[in-house]
Amino acid sequence: MGRLSVNLCGIELDNPVIPASGTFGYGYEFADYYDINCLGTFSFKGTTKEPHFGNPTPRIAECTNGLINSIGLQNPGVDKVISEELPKLKKCFKKPVMANVSGFAVEDFAFTCEKLDKEEQVGWLEVNVSCPNVHGGGMAFGTNAETAASVVSAVKKVTKKPVIIKLSPNVTDIVTIAKACEAAGADGISLINTLLGMRINLKTRKPVVANKMGGFSGPAIFPVAVRMVYQVANAVKVPVVGMGGVSSAEDVIEMMLSGATAVEVGAANLVDPLASKKIIEDLPKTLDKYGIDNIKDIIGGVN
Amino acid sequence: MKDVMLTVEGNKALTKDVYKMTLYGDCSDITAPGQFINIKIDGLYLRRPISVCDMNWNELTIIYKVVGKGTEALSKMVKGMEIQALTGLGNGYDMADAGDKPLLIGGGVGVPPLYNLARLLIEKKVKPTVILGFNKKDEIFYKKEFEKLGCEVRVTTVDGSEGTKGFVTDAFPEDYTYTYCCGPEPMLKAVYKTAKTSGQYSFEERMGCGFGACMGCSCKTITGYKRICKDGPVLRKEEILWED
Repeated sequence: MGRLSVNLCGIELDNPVIPASGTFGYGYEFADYYDINCLGTFSFKGTTKEPHFGNPTPRIAECTNGLINSIGLQNPGVDKVISEELPKLKKCFKKPVMANVSGFAVEDFAFTCEKLDKEEQVGWLEVNVSCPNVHGGGMAFGTNAETAASVVSAVKKVTKKPVIIKLSPNVTDIVTIAKACEAAGADGISLINTLLGMRINLKTRKPVVANKMGGFSGPAIFPVAVRMVYQVANAVKVPVVGMGGVSSAEDVIEMMLSGATAVEVGAANLVDPLASKKIIEDLPKTLDKYGIDNIKDIIGGVN
Repeated sequence: MKDVMLTVEGNKALTKDVYKMTLYGDCSDITAPGQFINIKIDGLYLRRPISVCDMNWNELTIIYKVVGKGTEALSKMVKGMEIQALTGLGNGYDMADAGDKPLLIGGGVGVPPLYNLARLLIEKKVKPTVILGFNKKDEIFYKKEFEKLGCEVRVTTVDGSEGTKGFVTDAFPEDYTYTYCCGPEPMLKAVYKTAKTSGQYSFEERMGCGFGACMGCSCKTITGYKRICKDGPVLRKEEILWED
């Protein structure tokens, strides 16, 4: 147990840094650039029951200190993830991985989670009820306490692995939704997914992304994330995984002070493929700088 | 892929809005013509992908058109300044299929990556025919550079102010063994319909990361979903699936 280790839903992490779903593929691609075993874990690309191509392109828009994406859950479907992606991952990653699951109906989530439950390498199921880029699914579940809780209940019935529900910030009352998910049996809560955003090209007067709107992420949303993690962590007993614009070791500490047990790093991986590794390397000296002996001590430590 | 610091050696306008920048630094991860680099620009969040025009040991040439904030910032850089770039991105062109008379077709800022390809083909004693397509005379660049390599160069302009009036497909030679092209999608589509041979087509798409992680630049092909940044930008003719 080093000074960076944390316990997330009964599984020990060497450090609290977790590349976020959708910014890290199925892991093995980053393994070409560095040994990804330095990570606490990572959350793999959102996986659904059926394969999905996602939205039309362009899917990306530049923003001040961030970006908008409208990928739309492109993934090869759970069967191929199990038969093709996970075997490749097993060769380069020796730790439990966080399986990110999405769906378009309650049964979809349960179907996909039941299959991933049988995979030895899957440590946690991160159930994404907050993707802003799919119509009639994803976020529709996450913006309503009852439906979010119904997804948790359905998933809990088919798995013994810890279930972490990933919530959307695009709601009026995040605390009510988080509490409903906890009451339905969620073992942890992760937040925030992207904020719904839009950019317009001044020359063409058309939206920059083909799907008109998309999910806004990056350092610009960090204060919103810290605020929501703080609100949720103060309202629930289960661990909270904080994310949203985290780009440095100091951001990790701030997110943990606000109440996060572990921290996901998203957009930063896209502009610097080594971002997560660098953050982990910077953590010990950053802890020293702020007089922190053990990172566990600062969880929820905001005065 | 390697994240490196490159030093600006030169940066000059070739036309009203097209610039040529030469850079010095570690180019060891660039392994094929048609690859690109992804440049970090102060004040912008996402990197900007620019194709490699030529590369020799530690020297790199890029040619870019000023179309937005990123390329505008690039155009203002001067000798001695440093830029951070991820190098060696994308698959690039495969020269193994060229045959003895390949046809290289570039449209506008699709021209630059063909220069490195042409130079490497000539090093292999293969003499390509090159068609360079532009809208009008004052947009033409790199004609002389291709001629100096020893290529047969044909220029087309839409308004007929130089070379053949019309599109690149109006200047096709009778006889060629393979097609390599890069340019706007309507041009690629026209070449696809006109070309008698197989070929390799370099595509452009808005990218997030540039190295295969975000799925921002995905496209559908006959052989499945591909990421333009990682599985492309060069697709083989046989796998292209046009979407209207």
